[in-house]
Amino acid sequence: METLLDFWEFIKPVAIILGYIVLIMVPLILAVAYLTYAERKVIGFMQMRMGPNRVGFFGYRLWGLGQPIADTFKLIFKEIVIPSGANKFLFIIAPIISIGTAFAAWAVVPFDAGVVLADVNAGLLYILAITSLGVYGVIIAGWASNSKYALLGALRSAAQIVSYEIAMGFALVGVLIAAGSLNLTAIVTAQQGEYGVASWFWLPLFPLFLVYFISGVAETNRAPFDVAEGESEIVAGFHVEYSGTAFAGFFLAEYANMIIIAALAAIMFFGGWLSPFQGIHSIFGLPVDLEGWFAPVPGIVWLVFKMMFFLLLFLWFRATFPRYRYDQIMRLGWKVFIPITIVWLLVVGAAVIADVPPWFAGAR
Amino acid sequence: MPEIRNYTINFGPQHPAAHGVLRLILEMDGEVVQRADPHIGLLHRATEKLAESKPYNQSIPYMDRLDYVSMMCNEHGYVLALEKMLGIEPPLRAQYIRVMFDEITRILNHLMWLGTHALDIGAMTLFLYCFREREDLMDMYEAVSGARMHAAYYRPGGVYRDLPERMPQFRPTKYTNARETAALNEARQGGLLDFIEDFTDRFPGLIDEYETLLTDNRIWKQRTVGIAAVSPERALQLGFTGPMLRGSGVEWDLRKKQPYEVYDQLDFDIPVGVNGDCYDRYLVRVEEMRQSNRIIRQCVEWLRQNPGPVMLDNHKLTPPRRVDMKQDMESLIHHFKLFTEGYVLPEGEVYSAIEHPKGEFGVYLVSDGANKPYRLKVRAPGFAHLSAMDEMTHGHMLADVVAVIGTMDIVFGEIDR
Repeated sequence: METLLDFWEFIKPVAIILGYIVLIMVPLILAVAYLTYAERKVIGFMQMRMGPNRVGFFGYRLWGLGQPIADTFKLIFKEIVIPSGANKFLFIIAPIISIGTAFAAWAVVPFDAGVVLADVNAGLLYILAITSLGVYGVIIAGWASNSKYALLGALRSAAQIVSYEIAMGFALVGVLIAAGSLNLTAIVTAQQGEYGVASWFWLPLFPLFLVYFISGVAETNRAPFDVAEGESEIVAGFHVEYSGTAFAGFFLAEYANMIIIAALAAIMFFGGWLSPFQGIHSIFGLPVDLEGWFAPVPGIVWLVFKMMFFLLLFLWFRATFPRYRYDQIMRLGWKVFIPITIVWLLVVGAAVIADVPPWFAGAR
Repeated sequence: MPEIRNYTINFGPQHPAAHGVLRLILEMDGEVVQRADPHIGLLHRATEKLAESKPYNQSIPYMDRLDYVSMMCNEHGYVLALEKMLGIEPPLRAQYIRVMFDEITRILNHLMWLGTHALDIGAMTLFLYCFREREDLMDMYEAVSGARMHAAYYRPGGVYRDLPERMPQFRPTKYTNARETAALNEARQGGLLDFIEDFTDRFPGLIDEYETLLTDNRIWKQRTVGIAAVSPERALQLGFTGPMLRGSGVEWDLRKKQPYEVYDQLDFDIPVGVNGDCYDRYLVRVEEMRQSNRIIRQCVEWLRQNPGPVMLDNHKLTPPRRVDMKQDMESLIHHFKLFTEGYVLPEGEVYSAIEHPKGEFGVYLVSDGANKPYRLKVRAPGFAHLSAMDEMTHGHMLADVVAVIGTMDIVFGEIDR
């Protein structure tokens, strides 16, 4: 009995952490599943068609809400075809790397004040490191498939990541300067202010926000930057040889990455879990206490709404834009985004030194 | 170790951007195409040889299947050759109907081209927008011939039958209620001409909608401006016709240069490009759709005011009326002879060409005086365009190959025949 208790004491922190991970992962995987559904529905409506509307539950169609579940089962029960010339080990490990890194990044994402799995001070660095690791999945997949199309996709992806990581990194440096911290929770609290939406970082860091979000779209290989899979050019790019669960891994990773990019955009530029009505107690002199009215709304609801907005943008882009050519993406990254970020970093630095209110007062 | 730089990549035939069964062997230097070698023949159906073994009229449905996105224009080329050889001219109303359906077909073809071209370059919404309008055009085909695609509507001596007085209507189904069905039927209350007119009223606005998505889109321009530019001289040397030639700035259109049917009585313009790149060809084709719309309106106007026969009364060449056959021995004989043996063409040869949506569609026919051709040769515009693939893609990137395939408006039915 004694030893059993000792063992429990030893295992307890691990079990608690595992519990938290499950608490994050299960909603996340559900979110991924229903993001695919949302994508098909939203783009469907943009293109004046129905989207999935047949598969439901228990004989009811329910607007096709059962579709993601059906898709999941279909992919799970399909054979993973390994091409004869493929490097078997790398071929299998590639989707695991992709999906592992896509999920690992969630460890430092704060959902509300203090609601975070790992409240590390180098949160921003951790995010940058982990999301850039994700590209190894793509590169390894392209190499291991032993297919020219896959290799081209992998090369494109590698080049793209190299150029967009820099722009993205610089954009995040701007946030770091403005917030004075690498801790994501601290970044959100630094955006608290008396002016509601206007006190968040998107306003003073607007160019950085644009660069960050566009780089995010590029990092996740989404349209119009989807050259790595470029449906009409290199068929499916790096995952052309993948099927079944292995393909599902890449698929899951792509959507999980979209969600994390949306979450980070919300956290770093749009005040994370903060209410948009913060500090608003009157409108044109009328005593409308918006902050008070919306105070009972938990912070995570605001965060989820902000994320949904950015995810909608992802889908909207996909329905609207033609695809960039690979060298044009490079040009955009190196010749437009990186100069913009550098210039704006100087502006932000100057503003911080000059203590420009309301955002930078006392940021130093 | 020898230095290996170039590698070959097999593009198609199972490739989403191959427009059917194009097989390209691309010699690449990294992402840059050094040599493009198109392989054809995967959709070869021996149309020309098949035509040699049947009476002339029975080859008309084969023509639909050549370029299967502009069906009636193919028929037109073939039927025109037969008429030239026979020395007959269809009634004026039939000529107007043919011109109207040629232009409907042109829109049909250009919508298909626009949708797939945009899809290849990554703008997928446009594809579905274009197909929405194609549906209406297909309904026009169906109303007039009974088939949505392979119409077999043009016959030597006219067209198969007159335009219907009443458009077919939708009925409520398990999935559409009465209100939705009524909305679908709103434009279908009158005859076919009313339906077509309603379409021509809506269509310019819809083209504006497509153009909003593409024409000034920076990405679209980056992907098409300066890609695969062909000089006017070179375009002529390569045997380009249609929008490919006009995109390069050569004002050549058979509808103006050697008018057939009633094109000389209609008012329309020929758009030409300046730089001869993919973007100019895109603009030319979009403007052609607007001009086709104009022509259709003029035809509708004329057809409303001028009822009349749509088929010659010469029953050696055209089938007699069904009612007559029941009473009249001679009609019965004519019918029997026409549908078994057909008719004979005088000995000789003929070339007739029309301005097909893709370019000059020519039919060369040699007759030895029998009831079937001695030799039939189809001049498919796409074949000449595809031959320029190597030249147009040289030095461009892999992603541009897709744009070039799109801009050529390739359909393998006519290239492989």
